[in-house]
Amino acid sequence: MTETVLSANMELLTFRLAEQEYALDIMSVREIRGWTHATQLPHAPAYMKGVINLRGTVLPVMDLGLRLGLPPREENERNVIIVVKSEDVMTGLLVDAVSDIVAVTGEDLQPPPELSSGASEGVVSSLTLIDERMIRVLNLAATVGTIERTAA
Amino acid sequence: MSEENDPMAEIRASFFIECEELLEALQDGLQTIDDGAADSETINVVFRAVHSIKGGAGAFGLEALVRFAHRFETVLDEVRAGRLTIDDEALKVFFQAADHVSDLVRICRDGADAPDAETAVLIGALDQFLGDTVPEEDAEEPEIEFAPMGLSLDLDLSDASDETEAACPDLDALPPPPDFGAPTGDTAYTITFIPQAEMFETGNEPALLLRNLSQMGDLKVTCDASTLPDLDKITPEVPHLSWTIHLQTDVEEAEIRSIFEFVEGLCVLEIARETGDGGSDGDTTDETPVSPIVDISSETVNTPPPARPPDPPQAPTAPKPAQAAAPNPAEPSQPARAATAPTAAKSVVRVDLDRIERLVNLVGELVINQAMLSQSLEQSGLSPHSDAMSGLEEFQRLTRDIQDSVMMIRAQPVKSLFQRMSRIVRESSAAVSKDVRLNVIGEGTEVDKTVIERLADPLTHMIRNAVDHGLETPEKRIAAGKPAQGQINLSAAHRSGRVVIEISDDGAGINRPRVLQIAIDKGLIPADAQLSDTEIDNLLFLPGFSTASVVSDLSGRGVGMDVVRTSIQALGGRITITSNPGEGSTFSISLPLTLAVLDGMVIKVAGETLVLPLNLVVETLTLSNQDVQMVRPGNQVIEVRSGFVPLFDLGASLGYREPLQNFDGAVVLLIAQEDESCTALLIDNILDQRQVVIKGLDDSFHRAPGIAAATILGDGQIALILDPSDMIANAGATALAPSPPLKTQGVSA
Repeated sequence: MTETVLSANMELLTFRLAEQEYALDIMSVREIRGWTHATQLPHAPAYMKGVINLRGTVLPVMDLGLRLGLPPREENERNVIIVVKSEDVMTGLLVDAVSDIVAVTGEDLQPPPELSSGASEGVVSSLTLIDERMIRVLNLAATVGTIERTAA
Repeated sequence: MSEENDPMAEIRASFFIECEELLEALQDGLQTIDDGAADSETINVVFRAVHSIKGGAGAFGLEALVRFAHRFETVLDEVRAGRLTIDDEALKVFFQAADHVSDLVRICRDGADAPDAETAVLIGALDQFLGDTVPEEDAEEPEIEFAPMGLSLDLDLSDASDETEAACPDLDALPPPPDFGAPTGDTAYTITFIPQAEMFETGNEPALLLRNLSQMGDLKVTCDASTLPDLDKITPEVPHLSWTIHLQTDVEEAEIRSIFEFVEGLCVLEIARETGDGGSDGDTTDETPVSPIVDISSETVNTPPPARPPDPPQAPTAPKPAQAAAPNPAEPSQPARAATAPTAAKSVVRVDLDRIERLVNLVGELVINQAMLSQSLEQSGLSPHSDAMSGLEEFQRLTRDIQDSVMMIRAQPVKSLFQRMSRIVRESSAAVSKDVRLNVIGEGTEVDKTVIERLADPLTHMIRNAVDHGLETPEKRIAAGKPAQGQINLSAAHRSGRVVIEISDDGAGINRPRVLQIAIDKGLIPADAQLSDTEIDNLLFLPGFSTASVVSDLSGRGVGMDVVRTSIQALGGRITITSNPGEGSTFSISLPLTLAVLDGMVIKVAGETLVLPLNLVVETLTLSNQDVQMVRPGNQVIEVRSGFVPLFDLGASLGYREPLQNFDGAVVLLIAQEDESCTALLIDNILDQRQVVIKGLDDSFHRAPGIAAATILGDGQIALILDPSDMIANAGATALAPSPPLKTQGVSA
C-alpha cells in the first residue's frame, strides 16, 4: 500500500476529530458511510466501537479519536465512518466529519517531531500545512494494525 | 488453480480430479468384492479404474504411477480373464495396491518423492499372483505405449491414451482372416451392427470390435456400404457403414454382447440366434471372409485423423498369430473407453468451490435482505391482505427454497470420508496385528463439504482408537467367546435435521475402573469422587487423558479424545459415548447439516441482541427471586426439579452490565453442555427463534471468548452468535463446577 510512501504526488482525505484535522491517503479509503449503530464486542478495547453491517460483511469499527487518545465521540448523526483497507483487512474509522480532498507533494509533508508516545506512537506519519491549518497524516497500518496485536 | 493460464496445468488438474473419482470407483469395487457381492462387472470396473489412471498418468509422464498401475492392472487382467481367483490374501494385496495407487497419485500431484521401496514391495506382492504368466515385455510396454501421445493436449486425456492403444494394431495388422482351424462353434448368430453418428466421438473403432468377435469363433462379415456418400460429401467423423455378421461360436450370447458393451447406445445392435443349420446359413450370405478387411480399410478413411498414430515402432504386437489365444493386448483399450463413457453419461458439472461459496454467500444476503424487507413492510402498516404482503410471503417461500437448494449443492455424500476410514482400519489393524472388519452403513448420507473435510481428522483418530483400544486382541476375543475378527461399524444417518455419525466396536467396552483410576492418578478428578458410569465414560474427553498403558504407534500419544471433542464442537456438533462392558462402545457424533446457517434463538441481554444455537437450549424458565440460591457470593444456583444448576449471568460476563441482583421476571435458558451437565444462562428476554446466516468473524477482530460468529438480523443490525460452552469454560472453572445431568428432558427438543 502507498499510505506511508511519501510519493511525489498524493491525494489526502482530510477529516476532523475533536477540532483537529487529520488526513489519510485516499488510496486506502474504500468508502465513507453515515453513522449506524454498532454492535458491541464484549471485552474489546474501549476504542473498538463494535461491528456494523457493511452490505452483508461484518465490519469492525473503531473510534479513531479514542484510538488516538482524544476524548470519546458523542454519538452524533453527523459522525461518519471512513471505511479503509489496510493489508487486506477492512476497518471502519469513526470520525467527526470529513472535510476535503487535497493534493500534496512529497515536499509538503514533514516528519512529525519526536514527541508522541504511548498507544498513538508512530500513528502520525507526517504533518503538512494547508491554508495555514496543520494536518496530521496518519499511518494507517500503525493505526489499524495495533488492534491485531492487542487482540492476539 | 493458480496457474490458470497454463493449459497444461489445467489439464493436469482435471486429470487429478478425475483420478479422485477413479480411485473412489476402485475402492468401491474392491469393497464390493470384499462384501462378496461382486459380479463380473465389478472386476471390470476395478480394472478400468486402474487402467484409466495409468493412461492419464502416461500422458503426463508420471512414470512411477504408470509403472505401478500397469503391474496392478496386469494382475487384475488375470482376474478378469478368469485365470486368477480373488481370495482373501489377494484382496488384501489389492487393497494395499489401491491405497498405494492413491498415494502415488497424491505424490505426483504434490510433487513429492515417490516411495520407491514401498512400490517395489507391493510390485513383488502383486507379481506373486502372476506366477509365470507375466509376460516380460509388460514391464517395458508402458513407455512405448504412451510416449508418443504425451503432447496431444487438445484431446481428452483418457481418450488420448486410448487412441494410442486402439490405434496400435495398425491397419495392416488387422486380424488375419478368421482362422478356420479354430474350434468350430456349435451355435450360429446373426449380428446386425449399425453404428450411429456419435460412435466415433467416443473413440470406438469398429474394426477392433470385429476382430474381437473373430476370436470367438468362425466369423463371416458382410458390409453394407449403401449409405456411403460420395467422397466429396463424406463427413469423416460420422460412420457410414454397417455390418451383418455371422458368427459360429460356442460362447454365450452375453459374451458376444460384452464385446459391444462399450458402444452400447451408440449403435443399433441385434443379435439373433440362427436356428437349425447355422453353417449353411452363413454360406448363403457369404461375401467371402476377406470382406472385413476391405470394409475396414474403407472405414479407416472415415476415422478422424487423431486416431492415426505416428507409427509406433513396436506397437503392433497385437496380431501375432501366436497370441490368438492369449489375452488380446488391444482389449485394455476398450474398458478404458467404457470408463470414460459413464462419466460422460452422468450429467455432472464440476464447479469451482469458490463459485459455490460465492453463491452461498449471495443467498445468505438474499435471506437477510428478505428479512429486512418484510420487517420494514410490516412496520409500514400495510394490510396483511394487500398485494405487497402476499407477494412478500411468496418471496419468503422462494428464498427458503433457494437457500435449501444451494445448501444441497454443497452437500456431499460421506462416502469419500468413509473410504478413507476403511484404509485407516486396514493400516491400523495391520499395525497392531488384529483382524478387523469395517462395516459401513449410510455412506450416501449427504453432509456439507466443509463438515466432511473437517471430520476427517477426528474420525481417523476415533477409528484408530477403536482398533487399538476398543477391540481386544484375537486371543482375548476368543477367550471371551467372540469371533477372532473384530467388527467396527461406521454409520451415518440424517436424524431430525442433523447428521449422526456413529462409530461402534464389538470390543470389551470401556474399562471403567481403570479409567477412573487413571483419572485419579493423573489428578484429573479428586480421589474420592463418586461418578456415574456416564461420567466415567466422559472422563475420556478430559484433556491429557490417555488410557493406553503401552504407547503404540497408532494412538496413545496423549492427544486424545479431548482434541476430537474440540474439533467436533468447532463444527457445532456434539459427541457422546455409550459403552457396555464386554459388548463394545459406541461413539456418536451429532452434527449440523451445514455450517452456513444455524437455527438460533434470538435473545436480548442488557439492550444487546444475541443469538444462541437453538440445539443447545434444553429448556427455558422464568425466574422469581425465590428460585435463586446463593452458594457463596458471586456463585448462585437455581433449583430445577430438585436439582441445582449453576446460574451464569450472561450480561455480566459479557461486560454489558453489572451482575443482576433482582431476578424477578428474568429468563434463564438451560444450556446442555457436551458432558450432559447443564448451566442456566441468565438473560433478559427471548425475542425469536429463526434461522440465521453465519458470518465468520475475522481473526483480525478482537475475539472475545464465547463469541463464535456473527449474523445479520432482519433490521440490518449485527448480532453476535454465542458459544455458551466456550464462554462458561472461560468464565473460570473454579466458579462453576458442572452440575450433574438433568433427569428430565427439556421442552424444546
